[in-house]
Amino acid sequence: MESHVTHKQRLWLYILTALILLFLVVPTLIVVPMSFSSANSLAFPPPGWSLRWYQNFFEQDKWLTAALVSLRTAFGTMIVATTVGTAAAYSLHVGKFALRGTIYATLAAPLAIPAILLAIGLFFVYASAGLLNTTAGLIIAHTLVAIPFVLITMTAGFKSYDMSQEMVARSLGANRLTAFLTVTLPQVKFSLISAALLAFIVSFDEVVVSVFVSGGDVSTLTKVMFQTLRDDIDPTIAAVSTLMLVIATVPPLVLQLAANRKRES
Amino acid sequence: MSLLQTAASDYRQPAATVAALRENAQALDRDRQRENGQLLRLSLPALAIVVILMVAPIGWLFSLSFVGADGGFSFENYTRIVTDGAYVSIFATTFQVAAVVTVLCLLLGYPVAYVLTILPDRFAQALMLAVLVPFWTSLLVRTYAWLVLLQRRGVVNDTLSMLGLIERPLPLVHNMAGVTIGMVHIMLPFLIMPLYASMKAIDGNLMRAAANLGSSPVHAFFRVFLPLSLPGLIAGAVMVFVMCLGFYITPALLGGGKVQMIAQRIEQSVSLFPTWGPAAALAVVLLVLTGGFLLLSWLIVRRFSRGE
Repeated sequence: MESHVTHKQRLWLYILTALILLFLVVPTLIVVPMSFSSANSLAFPPPGWSLRWYQNFFEQDKWLTAALVSLRTAFGTMIVATTVGTAAAYSLHVGKFALRGTIYATLAAPLAIPAILLAIGLFFVYASAGLLNTTAGLIIAHTLVAIPFVLITMTAGFKSYDMSQEMVARSLGANRLTAFLTVTLPQVKFSLISAALLAFIVSFDEVVVSVFVSGGDVSTLTKVMFQTLRDDIDPTIAAVSTLMLVIATVPPLVLQLAANRKRES
Repeated sequence: MSLLQTAASDYRQPAATVAALRENAQALDRDRQRENGQLLRLSLPALAIVVILMVAPIGWLFSLSFVGADGGFSFENYTRIVTDGAYVSIFATTFQVAAVVTVLCLLLGYPVAYVLTILPDRFAQALMLAVLVPFWTSLLVRTYAWLVLLQRRGVVNDTLSMLGLIERPLPLVHNMAGVTIGMVHIMLPFLIMPLYASMKAIDGNLMRAAANLGSSPVHAFFRVFLPLSLPGLIAGAVMVFVMCLGFYITPALLGGGKVQMIAQRIEQSVSLFPTWGPAAALAVVLLVLTGGFLLLSWLIVRRFSRGE
């Protein structure tokens, strides 16, 4: 959108925006230099550089175990949530049955409901089902949280795809599954990758539900971080934060760039 | 016999083919129903997870909220929320934090979304990264960063005293200020993104038309652009407000126990009381508030878009 006001007249607005964007970015990225500090205190800028906090992280069982639990859970959630979420999105997009709207709303609801409510509900169900502090329990719980993201992403993907291509494949003798896997899926693969990535990150970053349903040897990284932060602000957490930042932001950024390039070509 | 052949033979044998056509239609109907049934089954795994782990427990919380300490039916869990001063102040704090955070997000988010709209796409996309990176970053990581930045001898206090603006370090964390700053930082992208999307959809020619008709830029902004951006603004603001109502992690860490919001109280009630009744009642109230505000924003936005 262009307009009749010159950029010079708008300078104050640009400066204001730049400051607000700095407010958003700087505190997000400040954990990176902090994690390489040589000091015990959390002085900034750091008086010197070292890898001691990373060493701390990799040498302590508490952190390493939790990181492995988180990665395992995130991979599991990615697979389960992407599968059931994509199946649901496909069924609701293609099917013409009654209750479609209700089912969609139900599946999207975990996104709107406060995490604390999901957490105490899960805590209760898991307490009676013996699923507390288990990896399987964590994966299912995170799948609940991730389903809306997969559903919304895949529904958008299916909407931008011409379903009659699948009909053509089926009329030429492919069964529904073959038609879906060989014709539809390759064309919505971008949505599928986004959905899987979202499911992974949603699980990896999830705190509230994890605090309630994980514990002991299967505590997630976020739970251990939360508990540690309640007591003190150990600089090891800066190293953990940097690792989390890299895991959660690099893949989506690469994907975004790939998408932009694809759109331009 | 195919449908086409049936139709072609229609001229010669009317009675027989009507029956055949009907049979055909019924067969197609059955086919469609079978296919829909098969399709429906595909959404059942996801539905089972959501129903068993979310819908059922919420229903169960709802029924528990009416169970008193003695195990019988009672409204005591709800009356406690209204009469007990501790609960009343928790609700007051929650609404206060949510309202302040929403207003600050509006004030900070609107100019950003506006600038992103008027800049060329290439710049806007690059700047959008500044909104997306925090959005993709764990809320725990960002809360930790604020804990460090805002502490007594943290960067913010050091900078302010170096500039000679303050003599003693300001108490910026483990209090309301810390919670507010941390939450604004987390919620801002949630406001900017929908607002940017709705501003992008406004026809730029309208502003040029206003200028053409003699309107000053400021006047045109307030009379043309602002009203057109209101639906996105309201939708974003309500979303921010509602999400704030259920916040747990950030107030727990940056509030230092001094800022009590509903979610923390629910967590405490679970461990504090031998029965689940008090926590369940709070959960129901939080759910009703969340649902109510979302419904309200939906109605407002619908009315706006219909008014056009």
